[in-house]
Amino acid sequence: MELEEARDGSRLALSRALTLVENGAAFSTEEEGIILGITGAPGVGKSCLVDQLAKAYTERGEKVAILAVDPSSPVSGGALLGDRLRMDSADLEELVYMRSVATRGEAGAVPSVVIGMTNVLKECGWKRILIETVGSGQSEFRIAAIADTILLVEAPGRGDVIQAEKAGIIELVDVVAVNKSDLTGAESTAADISNALSAGSKEIPVALVSAHSGAGVSELIELMEKAGGNEISRTRWRERMYSEWMRLLTQHPDFENTLDSLESGGIDLSQAIEKMR
Amino acid sequence: MQTPLRIVIAKPGLDGHDRGAKVVARCLRDAGHEVIYTGLRRTPEQIVRTVIDEDADILGLSSLSGAHGHLFPRTCELLSAAEMGHVVVFGGGIIPDADRDALYSAGMKAIFGPGTTSQEINDFISTIMERMSLDEKVGCGDGNDWKWGD
Ligand code: B12
Ligand SMILES: Nc1nc2c(ncn2[C@@H]2O[C@H](COP(=O)(O)OP(=O)(O)O)[C@@H](O)[C@H]2O)c(=O)[nH]1
Ligand SMILES: [Mg+2]
Repeated sequence: MELEEARDGSRLALSRALTLVENGAAFSTEEEGIILGITGAPGVGKSCLVDQLAKAYTERGEKVAILAVDPSSPVSGGALLGDRLRMDSADLEELVYMRSVATRGEAGAVPSVVIGMTNVLKECGWKRILIETVGSGQSEFRIAAIADTILLVEAPGRGDVIQAEKAGIIELVDVVAVNKSDLTGAESTAADISNALSAGSKEIPVALVSAHSGAGVSELIELMEKAGGNEISRTRWRERMYSEWMRLLTQHPDFENTLDSLESGGIDLSQAIEKMR
Repeated sequence: MQTPLRIVIAKPGLDGHDRGAKVVARCLRDAGHEVIYTGLRRTPEQIVRTVIDEDADILGLSSLSGAHGHLFPRTCELLSAAEMGHVVVFGGGIIPDADRDALYSAGMKAIFGPGTTSQEINDFISTIMERMSLDEKVGCGDGNDWKWGD
């Protein structure tokens, strides 16, 4: 029922359909869309940049859906979802849909339910989808399971910027944006990253942007368009498998019971795994 | 594990006092809920839009500037008009006793002033969860007279 109305454009119905999928319902679609994944360490300006990108796309007449992921507390299960704070574009009425998503006990920077959520959005006419991952490090590339294009955001003054040479997310990235170009040091950071990347096999463009002033944002969009879509590579299928496996596990009807039994010492880990098969 | 409640904490109007709202947001997160914080200076229209997009169950409004008398009821009104009358609305800040009855009549279920403890806020949320699980209608547009403290 939700889905019918959501397809007809009801925002409320769309939100409810997303909730159903977020709570574990499976959903797939034939509809196409373009998913941009925005990743990078906490504080580099992902949320502010997503806001600028959303504004730029709407100025071109496109509708934009944003899914912004923040971590859940492993202890209380609660979450403080604060990305919206930085996103004035969410007020652009009919053109922007913005939803905060908590990781709900899953490891990784993008919970497995997000794939289904993007399918709901595509089905309901939201073709341009931006996903902000949890602020994450080098070894977190679950976003590759979902995104057609991956944007890595960096900022000046981060000691570990020259991680670029190391293996990790950088190998899957399509474009790097060095944000906060209004601050000193941004240009040299961008140059350092370009340098480090030039040794690699894949050509990855580096853009300077300011999510505060909006400088460089339209150039960044052009670069991402040129970089084109990620072909669905083996890596991507692998991440999709991990992600779907995780969803099946955490949605298993006996998952919580089994945790209870493990906690009370009633069963051991191999028995628990056996129960989850 | 039960699905966490989704709670929007919002600051309507031009009021710049955000400490209380942040304290409440953290308290609710630590109690296991998913809290969406809107940031300062939101209009009632923007707040309702946020509640819809986030499919929230509960909305908490914070005001210390004296504009609650207009902004809180207006938000409840807009929620009901948007078919979101099932959303439970509560609030806090500097709200004189004399102003509270009007806010309850508008559909709000609790008002908390300075010095409110996490325990009190959590007790309120637990009561709401209990009532919801019994299918009692306690949303701002449900016309239920019950309020916290009765
Ligand atoms: C700190 C403070 C400031 C700081 C604010 C910093 C910040 N970022 O928040 C600064 C210095 C910037 C400031 C400025 C002003 N302030 Co001032 N400020 C205060 C003060 C001293 C404390 C507020 C506070 O942070 N308390 C601590 C927090 C944790 O408590 P709380 O906000 O009350 O929240 C608790 C409860 O109320 C409740 N609660 C609050 N919201 C919510 C929401 C929900 C959903 C729930 C469940 C509970 C809940 O739970 C919280 C935890 O217990 C109060 C006086 C007072 N004692 O309250 C004046 C006060 C609020 N300010 C006042 C005024 C007038 C101003 C100014 C207009 C100018 C001035 N004369 O100083 C400016 C306006 C700023 C603006 N743009 O709006 C007046 C308001 C008068 C009124 N409403 O009639 C007060 C009451 C002082 C007074 N007695 O005159 N202020
Ligand atoms: N100077 C400057 N600060 C920025 C810029 N973009 C974001 N910031 C600030 O960086 C901080 C983190 O931004 P946020 O978007 O929340 O980062 P996220 O954690 O990566 O999502 C905030 O204080 C922003 O105001 C920028 O272009 N220039
Ligand atoms: Mg962010």
